[in-house]
Amino acid sequence: MEPQIRTLVDISESQASLSGRADIVLERARWASYIFQRFDKKRTMKIVDAVANVAHSHAGEWAEQVVVETGFGVVSHKKLKNEFTAKPLVDYYREQDLVSMRVKEEKKIVEIPRPAGVIFALIPSTNPISTLNFKIILALITRNSIVISPHPAAKKSCIDAVRILTEAAISSGAPEGAIQVLETPSIPLIEEFMSSPKTNVILATGGTAMVRAAYSSSNPAIGVGPGNAPVFVDSSADIALAANQIVTSKSFDNSVLCTSESNLITLTDVDKPLRKSLKNEGAYICNNNEVVQIRNYLFHPNGFNVEALGRDAVWIARECGIRVPKKTRILVTPINSIGIEEPLAREKLCPVLSFYVANSPKQAIAQSRATLRATGAGHSAVIHSQNERMILDFASRVECYRVVVNASCSLGASGFNTNLAPSFTIGTGFYGRSSLGENLGPQHLIHWTQIAYNSDPSVAFGKFNELSLSLDGPLPRSPSDGVPGSPKSRRVDTTSTSTSFSIDNVNREELRKLIAEELKNVLKK
Amino acid sequence: MSQEKTDFLERSKTFWNPGKTQDWQDMGIDLVIDHREKYYLHDMDGRRLIDVHLNGGTYNLGHRHPELVEVLKAGTSRFDMGNHHFPALARTALAEALAESAPGPELRYTAYGSGGGEAIDIALKTARHATQRRKIVSIIKAYHGHTGLAVKTGDDRFSKLFLSEDTVGEFVQVPFNDLNTMEDALKRRDVAAVIMETIPATYGFPMPEEGYLPSVKQLCERYDTLYIADEVQTGLMRTGELWGCTKYKVQPDIMVTGKGISGGMYPIACVLISEKCGGWLKEDGFAHMSTMGGAELGCVVAMKTLEIVQRPEVRSVVHFISDYIRSGLDGIMEEYSDFFIGIRQHGLIMGLEFSHEEGAKPVMKYLYENGVWAIFSALDPSVLQFKPGLLMTQSECEELLRRVQIGIEQAREEVLGVRNRRSIH
Repeated sequence: MEPQIRTLVDISESQASLSGRADIVLERARWASYIFQRFDKKRTMKIVDAVANVAHSHAGEWAEQVVVETGFGVVSHKKLKNEFTAKPLVDYYREQDLVSMRVKEEKKIVEIPRPAGVIFALIPSTNPISTLNFKIILALITRNSIVISPHPAAKKSCIDAVRILTEAAISSGAPEGAIQVLETPSIPLIEEFMSSPKTNVILATGGTAMVRAAYSSSNPAIGVGPGNAPVFVDSSADIALAANQIVTSKSFDNSVLCTSESNLITLTDVDKPLRKSLKNEGAYICNNNEVVQIRNYLFHPNGFNVEALGRDAVWIARECGIRVPKKTRILVTPINSIGIEEPLAREKLCPVLSFYVANSPKQAIAQSRATLRATGAGHSAVIHSQNERMILDFASRVECYRVVVNASCSLGASGFNTNLAPSFTIGTGFYGRSSLGENLGPQHLIHWTQIAYNSDPSVAFGKFNELSLSLDGPLPRSPSDGVPGSPKSRRVDTTSTSTSFSIDNVNREELRKLIAEELKNVLKK
Repeated sequence: MSQEKTDFLERSKTFWNPGKTQDWQDMGIDLVIDHREKYYLHDMDGRRLIDVHLNGGTYNLGHRHPELVEVLKAGTSRFDMGNHHFPALARTALAEALAESAPGPELRYTAYGSGGGEAIDIALKTARHATQRRKIVSIIKAYHGHTGLAVKTGDDRFSKLFLSEDTVGEFVQVPFNDLNTMEDALKRRDVAAVIMETIPATYGFPMPEEGYLPSVKQLCERYDTLYIADEVQTGLMRTGELWGCTKYKVQPDIMVTGKGISGGMYPIACVLISEKCGGWLKEDGFAHMSTMGGAELGCVVAMKTLEIVQRPEVRSVVHFISDYIRSGLDGIMEEYSDFFIGIRQHGLIMGLEFSHEEGAKPVMKYLYENGVWAIFSALDPSVLQFKPGLLMTQSECEELLRRVQIGIEQAREEVLGVRNRRSIH
């Protein structure tokens, strides 16, 4: 008979057990971060590149795994996202040195980067691999440790991926524990991690409840709110191009990106040609009855129907009893109002796009503002227009921190096809109850110690340009005395006397006697 | 010292142990441990000490580890010590957990004592029964406890006083790291067992030379002698592996664990016994009895301890602490190389060597004054036992090193009567 491990007294749900489980993971992360902070840029980038390469080469495989596990999304699109958050992400930041010190001669200031330490990162089910790639690479670039907390719906894929990335990191020199994954995420355990004094910063990407919990944890947090991007097509827009961008973007990975277009707002004179162009791109424009069916299907009294999350347009149409062409890429639901009474004007993480026709640009902007009042404040918006005045007025009035122009919002707001920072954590700033208004980047995961000289021109500034930080790399492995192959314990050679010691001439025996006398006196005290 | 403490020490001398109470005062250690938590001891007068003595690893996981406290509390809602005559749920469950994590697949049975000494006695009795031989070989300056048989394996400092030393030549002691003498002791084929602390603690952790322990095991096999591993101080992840003997590639016939196995929360000690040595358990299972041995509450706590120390995170934290502390101590040793002359180390088992034969005593005193509690090796006072906990944080370790550096500097200054070299430069 084989021995079994049996728990006679189960304390797994107790506070002590939850704290204990969180504590040891975070403690390992803290130790790893301590060692990691001794690494220089070269050593750091070796790890970053190794992890990015492995992430890149697994992009397709992991995309497939996630679609199988979660049951939603599009493999080829997920593969693109997974790749985007691997090598290109690293290349984007390659020249931005967040490891070495920087000397600002003109300001007589020297700045030393100080990594946050331990990052606790929540991963959503919608973009699991791309988000974990993104957060892990940001952490490594800045020499931070990271603990990944996957969404339960994508847990297995996340755990597998993190394991492989961790192996890549360790084998290229990262300290053990620099990357860890929470294998049994539960809300009480996650709360334990978030509120632990051993967590330095929480990166919360996910549902509003989680993001709010992160901010309530008492720890520094960077959490971002949901999206609900309005897309305004004005009279000056290239209609065909706009339709192409909108349909492509809205159908990308079945619209699980929070940057995806949610509410299309246009003007009376654009209405018909835009509908036509949308149809040409594979959009299906619903009639009034179909809109009712979709509304009822997507929105339950308790909110968005998660069954529809990331499903394709044909699947959703079928669930709603609507017959659509097989090649349908998105479902367009014309609506007559925007606001509390119209659920379809809220965020829809599926390829359903509401469609509203405004009487004037002024009204269009007012309605765009209204969509973000409902949900998505601080996130993203799009405008298709050739009129810079219109672009400026729109952008300065909608309450969000990125406005994509004549491009896809899914890919534009997250920096795929704009020059915004490539990111899977889109800061929703003060409008969206976030501490971060821009796209999350590695610079947000360090602070700088500033060495400041007197500004008086008569005071000279130090010569720091010739210096660099003392970064000693990993600690030497301590000995396991007596174990073959272990590093040897050093022993001071007591036969040679040290040059600076003042009793060189006293021979060893005499010294011993002296010490013995002294010691007797000491011990008598 | 507060009046309250002075009064208390008088009571301690009057009602508990006058000699021991006074000896500590004479050594300059006026410690009366009151509140304790994590790796901190708080003296009754309020001073805080970082504990790197840990009672020989009893407090590996820190004092009053919250999960152990919780499991003990929860355990009391179902169990008490239990009835040692009957098959018992918790005793068997812990025995299974130990078999699962034992250093070899042959170690199947677990017999229980209420403390390490009793467990050693059980191990020795088991070996005698299995081999039908009486002789026991141990290491000179060995320490395995104070009970009837255990005390005879050790230095006679603890047995003579009680007229309890071996008088009939059944207990033979040989030098550590000396294979020839070991073989001489075994080759008459009359030795039941060699009992061996994987790294002798009370002797200041002299480290086994490469190949020594496996060779002793081979000699045991050659002369049909059993190998008993005393893993009381070296087990439970202190070496970075669950059992120290695993690191030296030794699979003992009998293994003893105690102290840290229940994290200082409930007394228990365990003897793991291989199938071939466990004959008495079948022949007469009532032959060794212990009302408190294997108390079921202790079993519940021990199972939790085993689970905690085997978490993969603990293993890496042990490596980090070992490397970090070593690197810091190397720096201190370089600074005071005429006094602090060596470090014996295997993971979190460390012995700090000083250049005088009693050098560890003043170091202990000055560390104490600087808020660190570490104890000299009773059987080699030139060596300070230095045993950081398994779960220490980086800042706790840094704090420890900062204090140790100052303590050693002060001890050196007093012992050698010289100012710190830095001030001579």
